Amino acid sequence: MKDIVISVKEISKVFGDFTAVDKISFEVRKGEIFGFLGANGAGKTTAMRMLCGLSFPTHGSGTVAGFDIRKQSEEIKRNIGYMSQKFSLYNNLTVWENIRLFAGIYGLSKQETKQRAENIFKQLDFEKERNTLVASLPLGWKQKLSFSIATIHKPEIVFLDEPTGGVDPITRRQFWEMIYQASNEGTTIFVTTHYMDEAEYCSRVSIMVDGQIRALDTPANLKKLYNAESMDEVFRHLAREAKRGE
Amino acid sequence: MKQLFILLQKEFIQIKRDPFISKLIIMFPILVMLVMPWVTTMDIRNVCVTIVDKDNSSLSRRMTSDIKASEYFTLTPSASSYNEAKAMLEDLKTDIILCIPENFERNLTNSTPEKINISANAVNATKGSLGSQYLVQTIMSSISKQNQEKGLSTPLELVTIKNYYNETLNYKYLMIPALMIILLIVICGFLSAVNIVIEKENGTIEQINVSPINRFTFILAKLIPFWIIGLFVISIAMLITWLVYGLAPVGSIGYIYLASILFILVFSGFGVTIANKSDNIQQTMFVMFFFLLTFMLLSGLLTPISSMPKWAQYATIILPPRYFIDIMRGVYLKGSGFMDLWYNFLALGIFAVAFNLLAAKTYKKQG
Repeated sequence: MKDIVISVKEISKVFGDFTAVDKISFEVRKGEIFGFLGANGAGKTTAMRMLCGLSFPTHGSGTVAGFDIRKQSEEIKRNIGYMSQKFSLYNNLTVWENIRLFAGIYGLSKQETKQRAENIFKQLDFEKERNTLVASLPLGWKQKLSFSIATIHKPEIVFLDEPTGGVDPITRRQFWEMIYQASNEGTTIFVTTHYMDEAEYCSRVSIMVDGQIRALDTPANLKKLYNAESMDEVFRHLAREAKRGE
Repeated sequence: MKQLFILLQKEFIQIKRDPFISKLIIMFPILVMLVMPWVTTMDIRNVCVTIVDKDNSSLSRRMTSDIKASEYFTLTPSASSYNEAKAMLEDLKTDIILCIPENFERNLTNSTPEKINISANAVNATKGSLGSQYLVQTIMSSISKQNQEKGLSTPLELVTIKNYYNETLNYKYLMIPALMIILLIVICGFLSAVNIVIEKENGTIEQINVSPINRFTFILAKLIPFWIIGLFVISIAMLITWLVYGLAPVGSIGYIYLASILFILVFSGFGVTIANKSDNIQQTMFVMFFFLLTFMLLSGLLTPISSMPKWAQYATIILPPRYFIDIMRGVYLKGSGFMDLWYNFLALGIFAVAFNLLAAKTYKKQG
């Protein structure tokens, strides 16, 4: 049995009379690539924000990286990386200035910052773009840079919220290679996506429908369970039951 | 400490790189201080006067030439009757009618003169009443000069006026300190608010919120650049005031800086609080404009607080610019010292602490 890095029990998030997340429970093990699927409006982002300490659950409890999501959100933040669906690096800073900023925020020393920056430049083949304003990079490059910066402090877990939305297939592939590499180095990946081919790459997948987790298993087992040929079929089978619109 | 440094570095790079804000910080105070003191005057000039001279004596001609010589008045062609002049008033061709009755000069020595009549268009109440006042003063001095030449004494000589602290009654001197305050409100309040809301709109604040950065550190890094910018702006404004208008504070410049620092603290904290509570730029701007108007009209910047109704006077107690304007005018024009103004400093200090605590408290890393 591997270590459990995320464990939540019946957490809910209620906004007024709308239950965005309805008593979900699951566990994620160290080094897994955990796919978090669901139609638009199913509550994925809300659930993820609760795990990252950006929002407190209305009910339920859980731990992320060994810290309580209610009481220790700041400790959690020190041990996770986060990449939101909206690009959120500073557009009017250069690539290097963004790296330096976030390395500084996570308390990396000058030496470490320099070394990690060099690694990023090498890995992304970005040496030439070092002093380019982030605003002028193509979207795919921005996303790869976002991922590198989200993992610059070598977090235990990295949360990716639709990281490949709007990105071309080649860059998407390269992006997943980066995810695999991080996973091999022991980082747990928690990723939401709408691309079902990406769901096939995950170690385990959960599918959310109307704020609840309807299925959770390895892609192979899920396909067997629903007698489907692909994750796409599994997803459509489950998402069809959704009552919430977009 | 290291986090604060790294965030400050980011803020300064962003301000430097923003083509709009970096120009605004320099151009705005220069333009405001060069243009606004000339136009925000409530001094009355170029009041059109129509004379109906039925006396046609040496005294009435002296009055006419004195009025003509005054910088406050412009003479229109004279009218032959009051009704003709009244028609001009109605057509907005003149502002004030001066009607000198027949045999005024002769009767004056008999001391039973028929009274001179002044009729003013008082749609603009200030212009009407001040214009009439000036006209009365001009006429009285004409009479007194004439009497002096004839060796008679007049009661007018019993009254002399001295205007302390602003001897020439220069309106610019009254408005300049107020303009400096408006500058600081706009630069420190608006810019610091916009600066935070932009991070919200761009989603970059999310990346900060999900990091272990302390929220006080983050807010401090947002505030410090605007403290520095505010001091820079007030210095430019004071320099221009001295170079262009020859107005330097009579009192200690140290008090002006002390008050400015407190006031900048108040308004940057205020701006950040508004930004924390709003979701987008439009919302922030609307709220800030509401407060800017309130501050400008209700804090004694443009009109004296003592002329306001009692309830409004009580309301000004909670408006920070009210205390700052007292300090600015006191130090600039009267040379007031700390003992005269201490309660103003105290009030600004209390506001500064309150708004900055509020700024830190309303910034939440969790939604």
